[in-house]
Amino acid sequence: MVRDDVVEYSLDAHHSEEEGKKIRKKIAFVTVILSVVTIVEVAVGIYFPKSELSIGGWWAVKIGYIILTVVKAGYIIMVFMHLGDEHRNLRRMILWPYIIFILYLIFILSVEAIAINDAWTNLR
Amino acid sequence: MAGAASTEIDSATAWGGGWRSPFKVSYGKLMMWFFLVSDGLTFGGLLTSLGFAKFANPETAGDWPMGEQVFTHLPFTHAHAPLIYVAFMTFILIVSSVTMVLAVEAGHRMDKKGVIKWMLWTVVGGLIFLCSQVWEWSTFIAGYDGVISTWADNATLYHSPYGGEYTTVMEHGHEVKKMISHGPTLYANFFFFITGFHGFHVFTGVLFNALVLRNVIRGVYHKRGHYEMVEKVGLYWHFVDLVWVFVFTFFYLV
Repeated sequence: MVRDDVVEYSLDAHHSEEEGKKIRKKIAFVTVILSVVTIVEVAVGIYFPKSELSIGGWWAVKIGYIILTVVKAGYIIMVFMHLGDEHRNLRRMILWPYIIFILYLIFILSVEAIAINDAWTNLR
Repeated sequence: MAGAASTEIDSATAWGGGWRSPFKVSYGKLMMWFFLVSDGLTFGGLLTSLGFAKFANPETAGDWPMGEQVFTHLPFTHAHAPLIYVAFMTFILIVSSVTMVLAVEAGHRMDKKGVIKWMLWTVVGGLIFLCSQVWEWSTFIAGYDGVISTWADNATLYHSPYGGEYTTVMEHGHEVKKMISHGPTLYANFFFFITGFHGFHVFTGVLFNALVLRNVIRGVYHKRGHYEMVEKVGLYWHFVDLVWVFVFTFFYLV
């Protein structure tokens, strides 16, 4: 049975030739960003290895890696997966619970790991 | 009798949530997003537990391999090339993600030829990535530095293939290499589990892409009037790329 009360959202995504050109330009732009970020990460990995860095320097590089990774992830999710173009309800429902939960997981596991490490090192 | 409660309405109106989705997407796309969120939590859990293992174990943390030294081989050479091969794999996955998004874009213009072309490239990219991973894994499992040799002891895999030293011994009249120590086992366990789980996702992604490509060629989606199925497998394929971005950082860089 064909239901006439259901909105066919699948057709909303269609776009014209000119819009397509604009979208392809955006895709090319994001491709360049992703490639450049990857090249920067690899170059830093090759020329500034952990073994040659001070503790503080390694921390800076590490934080830099994580920031670059999140930037890459953001471009992939928002542009390639079109989440940036979706309705804000969908965007928020997907991003916020995920971000909050993962941040909590990172926090609690770091605290636990440091405590266990401490117990192994000092209490034995 | 006053009040809304006394008005008789049918159940479709009461429970249907109106006739519009609050998210303004089709059912299929919404369900794909739900699946990706749950899969993302799985990978998030795995990668954070990697961090947990790293920071909780002072003993293993000592010989925890440095990111850029994890994989230094290049095919057909004996060169010491940190990160180059893995960067190549990353690049392949990014490019196949780009061709996927171009296929989706072509689908929005009802350009069947374009969809076929770009999806074909996506499948090819996925296959190249899988083959690269097979080579990487086999190099790890063989355990020797870029030398193709008889697997000296069948216990190589048991001994944790990553890292370790070997010695050359005579066996059955042949000079073969035997592992005498092994690398950080905990790291290897996480490495093979997480990259393996990701590789399995790539494998199923290639499979889904190939199936959808077949339907595109047969004109199923053109007849339907929209190429949303390409968009849905595209979401999954981008997710696979997204996971690799994190795997790359936490195994090969940090």
